Amino acid sequence: MAVDLRLRELSRKEDLFTHGHRMCSGCGAPILVKMVLLATDYPVIACSATGCLEVSSCISTYTAWKIPWIHSAFENAAATISGVETMYRLYKKKGMINKEIKFVAFCGDGGTYDIGLQSLSGAAERGHDMLYVCYDNGAYMNTGIQRSSATPLGANTTTCPAGSVIPGKQQERKNLTRIMAAHGIPYTAQASISNWLDLMKKVRKAHSIKGPKFMNILSPCNRGWRSRTDDAILLSRLAVDTCYWPLYEVENGITRVTFKPKEKKPIVDFLKPQGRFGHLFSPENEWIIKKLQEDVDKEWERLLRESSQQ
Amino acid sequence: MARVLAVSGNEAVAEALRQINPDVCAAYPITPQTELMQRFSSFVSDGKVDTELILVESEHSAMSACIGASAAGGRVATATSSQGLALMWEMLYIAAGLRLPIIMPVVNRALSAPLNIHCDHTDAMGARDSGWIQLWSENAQEAYDNTIQAFRIAEHMDIRLPVIICMDGFIIGHSIQRIEYLEDSEVKNFVGEYKALNPILDIDNPKSYGPLILPDLFHEYKRAQHEVTTNVKRVVLEVAEEFEKISGRKYGFFDAYRLEDAEIAIVILNSAAGTSKDVIDEFRDRGIKAGLLKPRLFRPFPYEEVADALKHLRAICVLDRSDSFGGYGPLFLEVSSALCQLESRPKIINKIYGLGGRDYLPQHAEQVLEELIEIAKTEKISIIKEYIGVRE
Repeated sequence: MAVDLRLRELSRKEDLFTHGHRMCSGCGAPILVKMVLLATDYPVIACSATGCLEVSSCISTYTAWKIPWIHSAFENAAATISGVETMYRLYKKKGMINKEIKFVAFCGDGGTYDIGLQSLSGAAERGHDMLYVCYDNGAYMNTGIQRSSATPLGANTTTCPAGSVIPGKQQERKNLTRIMAAHGIPYTAQASISNWLDLMKKVRKAHSIKGPKFMNILSPCNRGWRSRTDDAILLSRLAVDTCYWPLYEVENGITRVTFKPKEKKPIVDFLKPQGRFGHLFSPENEWIIKKLQEDVDKEWERLLRESSQQ
Repeated sequence: MARVLAVSGNEAVAEALRQINPDVCAAYPITPQTELMQRFSSFVSDGKVDTELILVESEHSAMSACIGASAAGGRVATATSSQGLALMWEMLYIAAGLRLPIIMPVVNRALSAPLNIHCDHTDAMGARDSGWIQLWSENAQEAYDNTIQAFRIAEHMDIRLPVIICMDGFIIGHSIQRIEYLEDSEVKNFVGEYKALNPILDIDNPKSYGPLILPDLFHEYKRAQHEVTTNVKRVVLEVAEEFEKISGRKYGFFDAYRLEDAEIAIVILNSAAGTSKDVIDEFRDRGIKAGLLKPRLFRPFPYEEVADALKHLRAICVLDRSDSFGGYGPLFLEVSSALCQLESRPKIINKIYGLGGRDYLPQHAEQVLEELIEIAKTEKISIIKEYIGVRE
């Protein structure tokens, strides 16, 4: 029975990702994992790539997962869960399982945008019935804040430090959500923990569709973003309100913006509270903020255009 | 009634897989394995098996999907060669560490560079320390028989470890040989129903697979893996004994050919053992007491039994179809380790032969045996490790 997506109802549901995990306080990832699992009204099996979430959720004989869960390596969560899902389909065909089980992968941006892109692309092409969730915190946070292809332009990381000659990351982010939509899979979406209802509706919709689904969820990391530990939701909201992290979905090729901020805020509102962008506010780096603003505007306008065409 | 046919090694192993009917096979094409999974894919397309194929985008994903399907509770197989096995390397350790009984024929091929698609054993030797059991096969018949036995060994509740079955690329994989197939029902009865252990798909009893284990317990975890591996020898023999009952073919840790009263011997893996046996017969005809030992179970290596089989010899040559640059050949290292526990031991030399598909010819075996006669007589070794069959 589907539980209404109302806080009162949801608060009565069992958390399938328990307290006592060892993620940093203020991390966005466990929040979004709980939201995704709360929105899932089916028996569910999860898979994780090696990363923060994985090393902090299952250590020795302790596990934070109240559902079946598997981790095998870093670059292959999509391939690993595709094996589990395939076995499930066979059991179902043979009548050995009757339950409708859902399969969800939770992987960071390193394991998704970079080293895991091939296995994700392969699983998407093969059409496995699963939801792949990327918790995008914009760098290799587990190994100590190294740049990934999800790291925004200008950000200070330990492998693209803001130095006296090079002011942080010199390249723009890879637009993975578009890359996944371009696979022609039935459902792709971007979501944020600040807009929990939007996020959960997207999870519900993803589960209602057969085939590969992809959700990219912004996951603030106070260690890497150099922000306050209690600012995960605030920063997520600023990312959405500045349109740095637009909320939209692409369902069977049709793009729909799911949230339009009443007043689109300037990108500096998102950058300001984060130490990783601190150096951008010196006069010589103004061009980076300008470029970031241009990129955000361009993508947002493109999405609105695509959305209005429908 | 056994069916006698003429088939390639790849075809024979594909037939074994058809008879076993695994739940899931994830595979990726690579020469010289390609034909094997191609033939198996036809069985899937023609509805001769119930297997779900996952045609992945790399061997890394092939092994990853096998790990997922095996942990889910399925009987799982794949096959590969060379670069494909090298690309799986990371996942091999994980499959073994998670105790997943995955079966993988490896059609042996050289590793690049330079690029080469032909036979040597460098690929499987690179997987030597991964925790996988390794069975080696001289010909199509042995590859077929080993594949069937591998499922029983891997899935034994005292083992639950993955198994690699090796056969020589092209030399065995692609050449047509006489083979006796067992009946489908015999194979089905022999391998039995698959028993899943802690399957992830048991949704009511959630399990976590693949934890982080830090220095407080990692060492103990690995010791446990070592202890499990010590059960393998017993199970290999039990399974071989049962297999003999249905096939009439006898298997052990190794094949000892005219070794009992031998004074000199060759130790060699896979197809080149056949050529060597012919030459040994010729030397026997000349009154020279020559013999051969062909390992079948390479991992875990049966050190005591090998030492016992070789202890009475005067001189031994271990022929390796792969090199450990800056070291001796991997098979030589194992045989030497086996012998070093003896009070007095045979003289032992190492030849590297047949890399990248270089033919191993009767004259190579002759050359080696002549050298062994000399070593047995003089008790002197001039060169321990040497390449043979080299174009100068």
